[in-house]
Amino acid sequence: MKSWITTTDHKRIGLLYFWTAFAFFLIGGLEALVIRAQLARPEGVGVSAEVFNQMFTMHGTTMVFLALMPLTASLFNFIIPLQIGARDVAFPRLNAFSYWVFVLGGVFLNASFFVGPLFGTGALSVAPDAGWFGYANLTSRQYSPGPNIDFWVLGVQILGVASLAAGFNFIVTILNMRAPGMRMLRVPVFTWMTLVTQFIVITAFPVITVALVLLMFDRFFGTHFFVPAGGGDPILWQHLFWMFGHPEVYILILPAMGIVSEVLPTFSRKPLFGYIVVVYSGILIGFLGWGVWSHHMFAVGLGPIADSVFAGTTMLIAIPTGVKIFNWIATLWGGQLRFTTAMLFALGFIAMFIIGGLSGVTHASPPADLQQTDTYYVVAHIHYVLFGGTMLGLFAGFYYWWPKMTGRLLSETLGRWHFWLSLIGMNLAFFPMHFSGLLGMPRRIYTYPDELGVTSMNLVSTIGAFLIGVATLVFFWNLFRHRRALAPGAGPSDPWGGATLEWAVPSPPPVYNFSVMPVVEGRLPLWRTARHEPIAPLPATPPAPIHVPGGSWWPLITAAALPVMATGAVSRELWVVLLGVAVLIVGVYRWAYEPFEG
Amino acid sequence: MSEPVYFAAVPRLKWSLWLLPALACRGPFPQSTLDPRSDFSAAIDGLFTNIFWWALFVFVVVESLLVYAIIRYRARPGAPEPKPLHGHTALEIGWTLAPALILVFIAVPTIRTIFATAGHAPPSALRVEVIGHQWWWEFRYPSLGITTANELHLPVHTPIQLDLSSADIIHSFWVPRLGGKRDLTPGHVTRIAFRSDSAGEYLGQCAEFCGVSHANMRLRVFVQPEAEFQAWVAGQQPASGPAAAGGDARVPEGRQEFVRNGCIACHTIAELPQARGVLGPNLSRVGSRTTIAGGLFANTADNLRRWIHNAPAVKPGALMPPSLLPDSELDALVAYLQSLK
Amino acid sequence: MSTHAGSMGLDSRKMAFWAFIGSECLLFASLISTYLVYKGKSLNGPYPHEILNIPFTSFSTFDLLMSSLAMVLALSAIQRGDMRQGKRWLFVTALLGLIFLGGQVWEFNHFAHQGLGLTTNLFGSTFYVLTGTHGAHVTVGVTWLLTLWVQALRGKLGPAQAMTVEIAGLYWHFVDVVWIVIFTVVYLIQ
Ligand code: HEA
Ligand code: HEA
Ligand code: HEC
Ligand code: CUA
Ligand SMILES: [Cu+2]
Repeated sequence: MKSWITTTDHKRIGLLYFWTAFAFFLIGGLEALVIRAQLARPEGVGVSAEVFNQMFTMHGTTMVFLALMPLTASLFNFIIPLQIGARDVAFPRLNAFSYWVFVLGGVFLNASFFVGPLFGTGALSVAPDAGWFGYANLTSRQYSPGPNIDFWVLGVQILGVASLAAGFNFIVTILNMRAPGMRMLRVPVFTWMTLVTQFIVITAFPVITVALVLLMFDRFFGTHFFVPAGGGDPILWQHLFWMFGHPEVYILILPAMGIVSEVLPTFSRKPLFGYIVVVYSGILIGFLGWGVWSHHMFAVGLGPIADSVFAGTTMLIAIPTGVKIFNWIATLWGGQLRFTTAMLFALGFIAMFIIGGLSGVTHASPPADLQQTDTYYVVAHIHYVLFGGTMLGLFAGFYYWWPKMTGRLLSETLGRWHFWLSLIGMNLAFFPMHFSGLLGMPRRIYTYPDELGVTSMNLVSTIGAFLIGVATLVFFWNLFRHRRALAPGAGPSDPWGGATLEWAVPSPPPVYNFSVMPVVEGRLPLWRTARHEPIAPLPATPPAPIHVPGGSWWPLITAAALPVMATGAVSRELWVVLLGVAVLIVGVYRWAYEPFEG
Repeated sequence: MSEPVYFAAVPRLKWSLWLLPALACRGPFPQSTLDPRSDFSAAIDGLFTNIFWWALFVFVVVESLLVYAIIRYRARPGAPEPKPLHGHTALEIGWTLAPALILVFIAVPTIRTIFATAGHAPPSALRVEVIGHQWWWEFRYPSLGITTANELHLPVHTPIQLDLSSADIIHSFWVPRLGGKRDLTPGHVTRIAFRSDSAGEYLGQCAEFCGVSHANMRLRVFVQPEAEFQAWVAGQQPASGPAAAGGDARVPEGRQEFVRNGCIACHTIAELPQARGVLGPNLSRVGSRTTIAGGLFANTADNLRRWIHNAPAVKPGALMPPSLLPDSELDALVAYLQSLK
Repeated sequence: MSTHAGSMGLDSRKMAFWAFIGSECLLFASLISTYLVYKGKSLNGPYPHEILNIPFTSFSTFDLLMSSLAMVLALSAIQRGDMRQGKRWLFVTALLGLIFLGGQVWEFNHFAHQGLGLTTNLFGSTFYVLTGTHGAHVTVGVTWLLTLWVQALRGKLGPAQAMTVEIAGLYWHFVDVVWIVIFTVVYLIQ
């Protein structure tokens, strides 16, 4: 127990990320099921308007910040040091810090469901209720007087710290910790896409940080950054939020694209087609992602010139994305495809992401978007890219790397059930939303009249959502029940025949990862290629003892300072805030002067 | 926006109509974006149709390639190791340029439509100010001296200019069959312009999340032939006073209750000089409306009674306080409000 | 592990710090943009031209510039192993930082007396949040420098820790450069 709490081992942190994020995924999914149950019928019977508004706000916030980002972080942690031939990340304690900030921030945010009585609001839950992009000036103290939005502002702020810390860590890890011979253009695509993702993280999160600080000042100190009565402009919030929010969606998709770029070659027995193009298009997507934020604001009335410019830049992103898709298909072309569960999910990713991408292109046309924005058509788009894209990609990654992470194979039979139920469920759930949206159903409504004619589509969506729930339970079952160990010691540590370095070490890897540092000569170190032989198997035990740094308490303690400060702020207790500050200062100093090699 | 819709050549598809039976839907869809009744919504529909076909084309091509590769190259026992292809420059260039070309075909009509639908109506247009409130709509016709709520009356075939603003937070005005939505932002005035091509009743609702009762912020547009519209305008004039229609004996009593119970703090009634409040809808002609409370309830005596008794109980979060009046007083109030036709 | 030069031939901590500074640039860019967006949008006074004291702030700016110079001297002394000079210049850097902070405290106080509070108008809000964020950065920097100075007094800082000082210096120069930008945007271009 203690060794897990104080751990700085990237592999353990990876697993911690996985289980925590998966728990949050279940919570976010449960919230989605409440939404779907409510909308199965017209005239909103079920939960109240207030609860419904909390549900979609927390669903969006949870899925984005507490489920999908940390699930990608789980794989970054576990896989990247292995893929580049490193013993750990560059800053193991900072890594533990990121994890703890994320968990505690998530707990803080979700605590809002239960602490209503402490604020005398008469309801149990004071969860945030202004949508995942918290548009000003609905979020101003005047229109949201309760603590709900305070939880959101402070919670998201804390989560931003976790992402930023991890961002610096992984950038340095990838750039600076590569094994000898692992030149940048030999780095596996998953690691590459992570690098791009982390650059987006460290540039996009400061913007939301500022937006949240300004909103916090408005709410706590009475400034008027977003309050029209004081001359402020709520549209500034929209700019700041989407300058972060759009890059954020690429933060969510690029890692999944990286995963798919690893899984397809392995199960096609062919190297990735157009490696360099896939890498560069990822970089290009990252760059272009910065210039498109106003496509979320076509209904604001920014004027025809701004709308045209943002329409153009948005459409451009379809090109590098399309290039990736064509390269993936070319990777399959002429291969020997093995339809393992990981491969099925990767193929499902491509098939579904195309649909989401194409509806994105219909959004990119401002006049067309004037009919689509804030309707279920957008909800369809985001779930095709987020569930059909990121989630299916992540499942591919977990089926692919689970043996590496735990030394145990997941059941392929249950995996196939999981895949097909997910695929059918998601199409039942999200495809009809294109229609309900185009037929006039706005998003974020807890009730709709039967008169709209979208009742049966909503019922189908609900059935699909519950099917995804069943699929997720199958996955859950698979994680727990099916523990077929890889033949220990005997066969290779590599059940799939992968080409990249993580498959050169035992499964699960020893604490030091590599018994000796591998020397890399090509992009596919474990495969025989025209130019070079696979690298020689590493010795089973290290020739000389390898010193591995022990754990540390200070990341956890320092991380705990943040929710303490936030608790002080929501409850207006200055001394609690100061307590948090004191913990922070002590934590940082002890951390800095702790004897720790790593 | 009077230029001819240049993409009229694209066949107007009602693809929803052949895809939807599968979902066992009945029409009609009163809020459909695919059934345009104005130049604005028709322009969008044409553009969307155009993009839709391109998207369908890309979808079919790319998914077919994918499915073909999956079937054709599945592993077969004893097959030779695949050839390790690392890339192909000509192919890369090809599949960069092809999407770029398609995007040009999407971008050009897009930009034309952006400028054509930018919201500028000819000077002769009928101007209506639309003001969003939590959770109802205020409509003012400055040239006609009319203020009303939740139900917008417009003449058919006439250019309309809507000036959109907000009294509190951001809302979004959306009547799909008449055009795309546009936000109402406090501190800004935004515009929509259109000309409806057929008379009828069109549903709409607020499309930007605006708090508890966002789902209940609906509206109705009555597009009427010129004569009908003029009749409505005449009936809305403040001068004419309350019609003695039916001559309900409780009307004078209701008028007193309206003053006594503080309704006047928030509501304006033209014929009642004390009633000049502006927080709630103008009730001068509330009896002539078909619905109340953001288009949520039919304007019947029962609904009025329940509304006035306890508005937040029937519409979550409604900013009109419960009056909890006894039935007799409610009846009088209802009779009075219904007389305001 | 992390203190050794890695595959890019750079110290990992230094590299992380460069990434951090890149990130901070976006932070200040967002704040400065907010300031610029709201420039001239205040509904009531005091307005910038009525209140900003350019000569005084020029002095603060000069003070901060000098502290950067002191930082350079401190680092080079420590790299040479000349801890006597190193200690001195570290202290001078921190002291100049403190003087800057003192100036800022005085300035905020002075403005408050002239009627410019945090919530008075958009100028007040954007001004205090922008310069306050910068001030918080200077505070962290001064604390860091003083910590290093104390370590040096206790003989725990030597040429072997030059990288730590170099990174602190990097941060200090960055904070300094940001101030030049703020000074230009807020004070000089009114
Ligand atoms: C994983 C996340 C993700 C991804 C990858 C994308 C990808 C894209 N998104 Fe999406 N988007 C979201 C997540 C994502 N989006 C979310 C969460 C929201 C809503 C936020 C909210 O309001 O709550 C949103 C909203 C959103 C809007 C605003 C809608 C509105 O609110 O009105 C727009 C508008 O332009 C848009 C466009 C696009 C485009 C053009 C892409 C492109 O990157 C897609 C590119 C891909 C393809 C086009 C398919 C493959 C390409 C080919 C096969 C080549 C050939 C293609 C052509 C020639 C067209 N998105
Ligand atoms: C980021 C990723 C992500 C993911 C993965 C999902 C997944 C899902 N989403 Fe989500 N969604 C968003 C991001 C995401 N969503 C965002 C950003 C919004 C906008 C929010 C806003 O407007 O502010 C949104 C909004 C949104 C809406 C619109 C709400 C509204 O506008 O009113 C709907 C409605 O159907 C919906 C449905 C679903 C469903 C059915 C799933 C399913 O895929 C979920 C499947 C998962 C499960 C069903 C979990 C399984 C759990 C169990 C079976 C229970 C077991 C429980 C325990 C043991 C505890 N989502
Ligand atoms: C504090 C302000 C306030 C007071 C007092 C008030 N109202 Fe209202 N009223 C409102 C608001 C706000 C609405 C719009 C609510 C909505 O639709 O969400 C409204 C709506 C109405 C409507 C529906 C109008 C329409 O066209 O939709 C009627 C009828 C009405 N009020 C009658 C009354 C009567 C009768 C009283 C006194 C017993 C009263 N109101 C007192 C604020 C008030
Ligand atoms: Cu008004 Cu939603
Ligand atoms: Cu976007």
